[in-house]
Amino acid sequence: MNANITPVPTPGGDFMAQGEPGQELAVEQVSDAETPDQWWQVIWSAKKARVGIIILAVYVLVAIFAPIIAPHDPNDGSFEPLAGASSANWLGTTTTGQDIASQLIYGTRISLLVGLFGGLFATVIATVIGLISGYAEGSILDDGLSFVTNVFLVIPVFPLIITLVAYSEVRGLWLIVGVVSITSWAGAARAKRAQIITLRNRDFVTAAKFSGEGSWRIIFREIMPNMSSLVLASFVGAATGAIAAEASLAALGLGDSQSVSWGTMLYQSNAQGAIAQGLWLWVAAPALALAILTTASIFINFGVDLLSNPHLREDA
Amino acid sequence: MKYFARKFGFFVATLWAVVTLNFFIPRLQPGDPAEIMVKRLAGKDAALDQAQVEAMRAMLGAPTGSLWEQYVNYLNELVHGNFGLSYTYYPFPVTAVIGQAFWWTIVLVTIVQVLSFVGGVVLGAYAAWRRNTRFDSVVTLGSTFLGTINPFALSLLVLYVFGYTLGWFPTSGGYEEATPGWNWAFIQEAVSHAFLPALALLIVTPIGWILGMRNTMVLNLGEDYIRLAKAKGLPDRSVALKYAARNALLPSVTGFALALGGVLGGAILVETVFDYPGLGRLMGEAVTQKDYPLLQALMLMSAVGVLVANLAADLLYGVLDPRARRAEG
Repeated sequence: MNANITPVPTPGGDFMAQGEPGQELAVEQVSDAETPDQWWQVIWSAKKARVGIIILAVYVLVAIFAPIIAPHDPNDGSFEPLAGASSANWLGTTTTGQDIASQLIYGTRISLLVGLFGGLFATVIATVIGLISGYAEGSILDDGLSFVTNVFLVIPVFPLIITLVAYSEVRGLWLIVGVVSITSWAGAARAKRAQIITLRNRDFVTAAKFSGEGSWRIIFREIMPNMSSLVLASFVGAATGAIAAEASLAALGLGDSQSVSWGTMLYQSNAQGAIAQGLWLWVAAPALALAILTTASIFINFGVDLLSNPHLREDA
Repeated sequence: MKYFARKFGFFVATLWAVVTLNFFIPRLQPGDPAEIMVKRLAGKDAALDQAQVEAMRAMLGAPTGSLWEQYVNYLNELVHGNFGLSYTYYPFPVTAVIGQAFWWTIVLVTIVQVLSFVGGVVLGAYAAWRRNTRFDSVVTLGSTFLGTINPFALSLLVLYVFGYTLGWFPTSGGYEEATPGWNWAFIQEAVSHAFLPALALLIVTPIGWILGMRNTMVLNLGEDYIRLAKAKGLPDRSVALKYAARNALLPSVTGFALALGGVLGGAILVETVFDYPGLGRLMGEAVTQKDYPLLQALMLMSAVGVLVANLAADLLYGVLDPRARRAEG
């Protein structure tokens, strides 16, 4: 999970996923004596994960039904500027007379889209590199891939992201998704490499080898299903990192100027001097929306961790 | 010895990779950034220093010469510390612009990094020792939530509360009227201006240390040597500090450099909001102004900074933990 791009993950997000203990633990074998719980039951059994899933579901619904929920058009600047919260404008209006609540509601769409696709692409890169490198442990291929992974792990992510974005002429959502995915896969790749090393000498892999299956098939069809919880955890982490990165980029004015996102709200509020004029809601609303969404996904990952580490289940 | 040689080898190889990546980034884009830059500068002032133009071409991509020639040229300029001219601060060379901002960020980031490390490790250790108590859940949940707040937004909110509403601290810049240097008036101003940016960074950064330390220490507390220490009748305090915390601290050392990368990213956002005269604001400015020579130099600097910190942490780890030396030696 990249907390900030600074992932920090952040931006602020990034160092949590990389140093997370437990992820590198081997998959424990579920005892055969009792029927193992289904994976969704395991995740749901953790209270934190339940809270996270419910919060995420609310965000998804808000994103889908934004036109119905939002009281106004987010770009409509016909309201009285600088108004406080009222029944017509739940969170007040901006300096140019837009409804803050409607912007907040529509902004959910951008964040979730960036999270979905950024998380997906970063996870694909991390999985391919991590699995191939770990399966070929000790070979030149592994040395090369591990080196690339380690380089990307130490380069500060956010400065690299903004450098790449700065050179692009078009500033759009897909640029952000692309740049975030190619810069933030390294931590997850390393965790997957560590795990496949513990799996690749298991009997079922040897059996697959003797039956003449190709390496590609063994890695992705035989072994990968056994580490799906790690893949899922790294998807959630990467998605969180992508959401945080988009917000920070847009806050600096590097976002997609065509659409309303929480990051562009922050950029506008700063550029128009919202704070000096006492319009703190304009800042606090997107900040809170982001923080709650990020916290929810961290909570979901508590549940996902239970899948790969049954020791944690008793505490939950 | 082999451990140290390996770590140093990785440092050199990564340094080369970062320098090379920095060479390719401007060349990945269609068009010619160098030509655009030179034209922009020529429009500003007809008399261009030819050597500086050459340096800029070497950094950003020359329209002539093979890629290999460009690469050699780039390395040559780099070794001589020549990064070209800044577009925003024309006619100053990039190195002079960076030199102005350097210490502001170094001091800020160092203080934040040290405070959040110490504070985070102490809180994490105490939360682990008192695990599953109210203190533990407040610290774990609280730091998780605070750590997820976007640094840009957090800075604005900190500014609103302490700068505008309470009026305790100045709202922007690095100092007022004092002459920069070692005089009391300037130091006073610098400290009061640095306070809010540091506070904003300090709210977001300790999360990694707190959770990392807590998780490692919880694992350590289940070990036999802890049980033995307790059975021997050692007081709780020594078991916690001398046995569990001391061992749990080791992994945090390796995380130090990676966390520095996060703090640098955060500094870009925080310094931009507070208009703090450091490297972070400079980088934000370089991006929006498309000041490519400045941007390239800053990118390289932050990467090299993290690499050096990483090497230092690795070497320190080797000194602290004999197992690390033996395992790879």
